[in-house]
Amino acid sequence: MTVTEELVSYEDALAAYDPVMGLEVHVELGTKTKMFCGCSTRLGAEPNSQTCPTCLGLPGSLPVVNATGVESAIKIGLALNCEIAEWCRFARKNYFYPDMPKNFQTSQYDEPIAFNGYLDVALEDGETFRVHIERAHMEEDTGKSTHIGGATGRIHGAVHSLLDYNRAGIPLIEIVTKPIVGAGSRAPEVAKAYVTELRELIRALGVSEARMEMGQMRCDVNLSLRPNGSETFGTRSETKNVNSLRSVERAVRFEIQRHAALLASGGSVVQETRHFHEDTGSTTSGRIKEEAEDYRYFPEPDLVPVAPSREWVEELCSRLPELPRVRRERLKAEWDISDHEMQSVLNAGAIDPIVATIDAGAPADQARKWWMGELARRANEDGVELTALPITPVQVARVCALVVEGSLNDKLARQVIEGVLVGEGDPDQVVDKRGLAVVSDEGALGTAVDEAIAGNQAVAEKIRSGKVAAAGALVGAVMKATGGKADAARVRELILEKLGVQS
Amino acid sequence: MNDKAGVDEAGAMADLTRLTAAETAVAIASGEASAVEVAKAHLDRIAAVDEKVHAFLHIDTEGALRAAEAVDAKRAQGEKLGPLAGVPLALKDIFTTEGVPTTVGSKILEGWIPPYDATLTKRLKQADVVILGKTNMDEFAMGSSTENSAYGPTGNPWDLTRIPGGSGGGSAAALASFQAPLAIGTDTGGSIRQPAAVTGTVGVKPTYGGVSRYGMVAFSSSLDQGGPCARTVLDAALLHEVIAGHDPMDSTSIDAPVPPVVEAAREGRKGDVRGMRIGVVKEFAGEGYQAGVMQRFTESVELLRELGAEIVEVSCPAFDYALAAYYLIAPSECSSNLARFDGLRYGLRVGDDGTKSAEDVTSLTREAGFGPEVKRRIMLGTYALSSGYYDAYYGSAQKVRTLITRDFQRAFGDVDVLISPTTPTTAFPIGERADDPMAMYLADLCTIPANLAGNAAMSLPCGLAPEDGLPVGLQIIAPAMADDRLYRVGAAVEAGFVERWGHPLLEEAPAL
Repeated sequence: MTVTEELVSYEDALAAYDPVMGLEVHVELGTKTKMFCGCSTRLGAEPNSQTCPTCLGLPGSLPVVNATGVESAIKIGLALNCEIAEWCRFARKNYFYPDMPKNFQTSQYDEPIAFNGYLDVALEDGETFRVHIERAHMEEDTGKSTHIGGATGRIHGAVHSLLDYNRAGIPLIEIVTKPIVGAGSRAPEVAKAYVTELRELIRALGVSEARMEMGQMRCDVNLSLRPNGSETFGTRSETKNVNSLRSVERAVRFEIQRHAALLASGGSVVQETRHFHEDTGSTTSGRIKEEAEDYRYFPEPDLVPVAPSREWVEELCSRLPELPRVRRERLKAEWDISDHEMQSVLNAGAIDPIVATIDAGAPADQARKWWMGELARRANEDGVELTALPITPVQVARVCALVVEGSLNDKLARQVIEGVLVGEGDPDQVVDKRGLAVVSDEGALGTAVDEAIAGNQAVAEKIRSGKVAAAGALVGAVMKATGGKADAARVRELILEKLGVQS
Repeated sequence: MNDKAGVDEAGAMADLTRLTAAETAVAIASGEASAVEVAKAHLDRIAAVDEKVHAFLHIDTEGALRAAEAVDAKRAQGEKLGPLAGVPLALKDIFTTEGVPTTVGSKILEGWIPPYDATLTKRLKQADVVILGKTNMDEFAMGSSTENSAYGPTGNPWDLTRIPGGSGGGSAAALASFQAPLAIGTDTGGSIRQPAAVTGTVGVKPTYGGVSRYGMVAFSSSLDQGGPCARTVLDAALLHEVIAGHDPMDSTSIDAPVPPVVEAAREGRKGDVRGMRIGVVKEFAGEGYQAGVMQRFTESVELLRELGAEIVEVSCPAFDYALAAYYLIAPSECSSNLARFDGLRYGLRVGDDGTKSAEDVTSLTREAGFGPEVKRRIMLGTYALSSGYYDAYYGSAQKVRTLITRDFQRAFGDVDVLISPTTPTTAFPIGERADDPMAMYLADLCTIPANLAGNAAMSLPCGLAPEDGLPVGLQIIAPAMADDRLYRVGAAVEAGFVERWGHPLLEEAPAL
């Protein structure tokens, strides 16, 4: 289905309108078992092999709450600076859909486990934007349907549908923001930064791997525009399952342009669900919400209320790990780098590899240099995450060590890394195989320096007369003569020494 | 009633189907009868009379005989047998039974073979109870006459043209027609007690959470409660003890010891209720109550007074709103509980001809698979939960529920148990109220409050109404987790009446 939407330029849209966003993020918890039964949550199993009467919704079956799921929800709530409910209930959200075995979803309605929080997110220029959190609540995932036949890949028009209930009942936490106002033209960036920060937070808490490409974290983007200066919100669209950080940014951007075009031409925005398309970066209409869908929520009578004791909540609070923002501040200070440099590290997804490399013995500046330089370039070329490169922090740390002790210069170190990446083994093995050690034999180096001075008398004279900067030319000559295997700094020292100049 | 009454003076076995469960267990344990003989006697009885009564939807001859053989084998090996080992039981067709059909009295589950046993089913099997088959019921337990079964009505053994109560009419009729000494029912608004009352049998709704609901097909989750049905109070207690107790598979199951029901029943049989304060609920009388029912009830009150109880009148004003609240809460929950029957995964599927959408197949299946009463309640509940109506209907009903619970709390601050007639009338003729839902709903007027508050309650026979010669039930209600009080008072009343009548009431039932 190709629908060409009228768009106005982003700049024009923002000149006239103020975007208001609401982000709903679903996170699949990494519990061993499902939210309401003992079935495994392992991914990739044979369809419908991880099911039981409860998650299949067989007549007579009953749910039992997964305590670890509740614990994870509370941790998330605490990390988002939320209040934790002293008493809350699950509720049934009633609607018919084949991927939902009971034809209701066990969720939470007006009594979420966590509410009224906020998350401070770092923007690319290092500025902080506070996103207010409405609530975080517990619910269960649905099964997964694959619709065969038909043009849209959706149930309407499908010839038949396949259902896998392995996912049905996997615990989800839905985190809902309050309306995000005041982001202005930075709305797409704020949205992306929020989801990024949330993902880091979830990972730091250890409650989920939050891999968006695996559907472990899914984002719905609500967006509306209001004329600049207006206090009332416009009609919103809800773009479903925006499943990468980049898509979050693009979806917001696209919707701003689409809404603006509609409003500017005197039209109105339809309140509807939309689908985001990764390939085109555009959204298309899903089902139109002519009237608010009536889910007939009511308290789940098969479950008893959840009443986390204050002692438990306090204990969980005291055991929370260092949160990403605090950790970033600490590392920034430890590494002695600027906000901007830290943001680059964050954007590159390099924090964890750098920390691991430092833990393996490398100096911080070396670790950061290699991950942010050569390795970031490689990852970018290959279009993969840094952590997906076939090199370990321990290996990078070894390269750093070789550089520090002077066995490798930067040029050789790059070759060693190249060797590791193509599978030639550990750094030391690559050094051996490729014969990459720097010329550290002072005799051989001395000879090379002497030859360079002899061959460049004019330059040597300049240096003697105090133009120390001219030494670069001689260093270059020595490096060329040694096939790049010399330690440039040492070469420079030798040249100045031999010419009797103080470095 | 002697535990050895199964053997007559000459030493020959009396009709095994006439024994109580306690007597049957003793006969099997002592070797006076084998479990297989007992099972066969009941299967024969079923074969002889159930065509007329229609208590059973499914008879599991093979399973029953296999279970009985296992009991005999255990005995032969000198293993100690449980208190109900080898005793036959009729199981309401609302509990899942692995490999044995479970229909809940509905077309929508016709042919469904559950892949798992309900916790209650497991406990019965572990106790070596012999499950004879599955009994008829109002579809999804919605009804008070068993006429709403998709598989045809059950007759009341006292008069086959009359209803055996509902929804558990099949279980009650099986007991009253000596097809089984024990049965299981479920009680959402009276579905154990009302059938017990109109068939002259004993039925107990335990405290909510006392018996696991895992594997019991849900009608109204916050009200449903499985419980024992029998011909004597002691038999009900023995069965109660087998099926009750905490189940980690049911979050609403109570994690506390089962009240000492068997001990209480044995104690009560001595006929001593001195020192007990018993409240008569003022609201359960007046218009709509049959004269003969009130007469037998008054006699019960007098009997209790004679046995040493102190009788006081108690007012529970919120009970007047119980029926209304019930008919909002139960349909609301059922509208959601029954949503899963969509024809996609199990049970009936209609219209799947390759041209229709899943939505259409679901609609057609539900249209064809649910009976009128089930549809009525799904519609009622869907409406009551709708946004804009929730507060007025479901919300208000929950408030009434709280008020009823408070009435009970206040009453139980003063008395040990409450008593009332179980139902306003005796068994009515089949068809009489079939087209008048409101009249039908009134059958549960006295039983519903205990469900709304989660209390324990029992119905036991207190005589025949003089005007129609049909059984009348006495209801006893105890506070939650004080189920033992039901048995103490119930056994005392039972002993008093049997002494007065010279025999158990069911002996007056006509031969079939």
